[in-house]
Amino acid sequence: MNYEAIKKHPVLKALLISLFAAILFLPFKDIKSSTILFAIMFIFLSAVLLIKKSQVLPALPKIRWTPPHFLRAASVPSVIMVFILLPFFLKDYYLDVLIMSGIYMLLALGLNIIVGFTGLLNLGFAAFYAIGAYTYAIANTKLGLDFWTSIPLSAGIAALSGIALAIPALRLRGDYLAIVTLGFGEIVRLVLNNWDSLTNGPNGITGIARPSLFGASLDKLNTYYYLVFIFVVIAVIIIRRVECSRIGRAWISIKENEIAASSLGINTTKYKLYAFGFGTVWAGIAGILFASKMQFVSPESFTFMESVLILSMVIVGGLGNTFGAIAGAFILVLLPELLREVQSYRMLILGIALVLFMLFRPQGILGGFKSVHFRR
Amino acid sequence: MYILDVRELTKHFGGIRAIEDVSFKIKGGRIVSIIGPNGAGKTTLFNCLTGTTRSTKGSIRFKETEISKLPSHKIAELGIARTFQNIRLFSEMTTIENVMVSQHTRVRYDFLSVITRSGGFKTKERSIKEKAFEYLEFVGIEDYADTQADSLPYGSRRRLEIARALATEAHIILLDEPTAGMNPIETSEVMALIKKIQELGKTIILIEHDMKLVMGVSDRIIVLDHGVKIAEGLPDDVRNNPMVIEAYLGSETNH
Amino acid sequence: MLLQQLINGLTLGGVYALIALGYTMVYGILELINFAHGEIYMLGAYLGIIFLGLFTVAGLTAVSLPLALFLTVLLTIIVCSAYGFTMEKVAYKPLRNAPRLSPLISAIGVSIFLQNYVMLTQGATDKVFPQRFGDSGLQFLNVNMTYLQALIIIVSGVLMLSLHLFIQKTRVGKAMRAVAQDKTMAALAGINVNGIISVTFIIGAGLAAVAGIMVASYYGLVNYYIGYIVGIKAFTAAVLGGIGNIPGAMLGGIILGLVESAGAAYISSEYKDAYAFIILIVILLIKPDGILGKNTEEKV
Repeated sequence: MNYEAIKKHPVLKALLISLFAAILFLPFKDIKSSTILFAIMFIFLSAVLLIKKSQVLPALPKIRWTPPHFLRAASVPSVIMVFILLPFFLKDYYLDVLIMSGIYMLLALGLNIIVGFTGLLNLGFAAFYAIGAYTYAIANTKLGLDFWTSIPLSAGIAALSGIALAIPALRLRGDYLAIVTLGFGEIVRLVLNNWDSLTNGPNGITGIARPSLFGASLDKLNTYYYLVFIFVVIAVIIIRRVECSRIGRAWISIKENEIAASSLGINTTKYKLYAFGFGTVWAGIAGILFASKMQFVSPESFTFMESVLILSMVIVGGLGNTFGAIAGAFILVLLPELLREVQSYRMLILGIALVLFMLFRPQGILGGFKSVHFRR
Repeated sequence: MYILDVRELTKHFGGIRAIEDVSFKIKGGRIVSIIGPNGAGKTTLFNCLTGTTRSTKGSIRFKETEISKLPSHKIAELGIARTFQNIRLFSEMTTIENVMVSQHTRVRYDFLSVITRSGGFKTKERSIKEKAFEYLEFVGIEDYADTQADSLPYGSRRRLEIARALATEAHIILLDEPTAGMNPIETSEVMALIKKIQELGKTIILIEHDMKLVMGVSDRIIVLDHGVKIAEGLPDDVRNNPMVIEAYLGSETNH
Repeated sequence: MLLQQLINGLTLGGVYALIALGYTMVYGILELINFAHGEIYMLGAYLGIIFLGLFTVAGLTAVSLPLALFLTVLLTIIVCSAYGFTMEKVAYKPLRNAPRLSPLISAIGVSIFLQNYVMLTQGATDKVFPQRFGDSGLQFLNVNMTYLQALIIIVSGVLMLSLHLFIQKTRVGKAMRAVAQDKTMAALAGINVNGIISVTFIIGAGLAAVAGIMVASYYGLVNYYIGYIVGIKAFTAAVLGGIGNIPGAMLGGIILGLVESAGAAYISSEYKDAYAFIILIVILLIKPDGILGKNTEEKV
């Protein structure tokens, strides 16, 4: 039997691929695990390849479903209701998880503006999150500024640094831009780690104040939950409005075809800068919420993996889909918490998921839903 | 009286001379075709006129403005729009959204009115959408308004590109092979469409290989060969110009 | 002192250059930043430790250390190449016509997968190289160059020279250059483009594997996350020299190694890792084509 024949035979092909994988795995573990891997892969691959060959399943039609109007209209209020009611039913632990997922929602919403709308890959988004968090940490502990005064400060400094990075970096082609943002992220982290007099180095800054409202401190978990929740709702409303305007259409046209966009009168550089500025604002706000919730910040929270995690949320939800970013953040924060056993496999699965999403569903889980960039 | 005045326009890519010392003038409201064998520099000329690439030297005057050093979006705003030989639609957007993008420089509102959804914002958005729909009707693809651009039939995509260029409210429309890949019926429909655009008072510059179309619609023809203008004139003059015949026959034997 | 830094820098630079070659070759052919390439180097370091450990247990190291080392290197190269080959087939090949950012995101996925794969199978703690080579070496002009440093510099040099000859002289090497210039034309000329792309990944992974073993033996310790930072540095080296340009990657690697050891010695060692990032950003902003790269204008 020659090579071509083997390639065509599903079971033989599955056997060879599984054997190859098992051999590659062997040096890293032991014979037992390798055999198990072989067995699982062989069964799974044979099944997949046999089904594919027999064509039992018809090719899936491309679904582009626009939900009926009443569903569309009802979905947002009902989701909001559920989130308002949740604290009455949940234990503190889960409330805590939800608060974190809210913070990540802001991050994912912000990154989605840059990567999802405008198509500029940013691999250092955690840097702006860090800048927001440290701005408040320093302003609060050294200058005594309170949470509310610091909000515009954190958001503003994050946005300014976003624009400051983008001005020189935007001349670069897509993947080079991604690498420069990655480098920027690492430099920010290294500076936070080493500028002891300002940031207290790797030990971080402690004793950051919780926000207070009309003299009452918002330090109970459920009040904090609502605080984060309100920020997320405001973010979604503002971002959706901008998305459905000439600004949003300009961003998307740049992602889809930059040359065509500029030939229609769009100043692509200007709108890319807007995207960087407007996207990093939300990272700054997420940062201040994080710092005030933890009452502690250290460089460890803002690594490259953090940037990748935020990016994954946007990708899982569907690049360019505002509600997708929310769903992505929710899923990626909650799933590992709910499935405690898989906790240690979390990043492994995330890595595989990134590849699989690119291969099979680049439009993300909510990709079938068409988002419209104007109001009907 | 001349809407476009190009003088000694030159574009080099590294050592390659894509266009060399090309000069011509175009009167408003005319249809001018640019023809020439493959590699003659026609698309490069379009790229220079629209700022997609920067010319090496020479001047381009649009009405009273020197535009050869301006970026693409400024030129579009002044009033030159184009279509592309290899269609460049915003494929994730619907057909009407594609055309709405073109209103970018014509209808403006500030960031604050976007966030507050002020009355002015709503009126302006509505007018953008209505205008866009009118242009879809003009090119005859209004039935596809809510179809995603990448699922449009081929001919409609070319029409959508034309609608998008028109919707910028440009004075000059550059069409880069608008009938490429079309059958004779579709081609004659596009021919009619081009005439209709002229009736709006627009100036049209056309790159086209279909000689029947070119001879049928053009008021004037410019012939490029190896980046150099070898002839210019009325369709009949160009048709009988020995240099033009030589350029085409010569290129045929080379290929 | 200066000369000592030169030797340390050359050792480091040789390693960076070997890894940078993998980035540059893949970029030259696919215009893809193979973000997971640094992980292949990490796999190489681990496999070196694993295989040499096995040979030590089996007693081969006691009989003949050179033979054990040779077999370790050989096996590591084979396994790493297989990983490189698989990576391309699974995560990049299906995305060859996808939007530009898709393969880069897929590559980041591969990178995270491989890091955690090694962490879960080998544990999160540092791994120790089973063989110590000591500090003895050549003394001259007040400097000490250990035998290991000399070996690393020589091996890097020999490998780079062989790669250069391979690409300039052999049929496969010429095919690689043809594919890098124009895939469609190369295919028309009868070159198996997919095969050449696989070969590129295999060679790149093999070089990274050697780099991994050398670093593992040089520092004596490895961890599952070493691939990320070294990967970025090697990528910086590739960009510095002009990405897609093979002599450029070698030059870039050596320059980066020298800058880093000089910077750590004379400026601040706390920011040791930042030098590469700063160089990367500055070079991308000032001269994105690198030192040996050609200036190209995109034709629309």
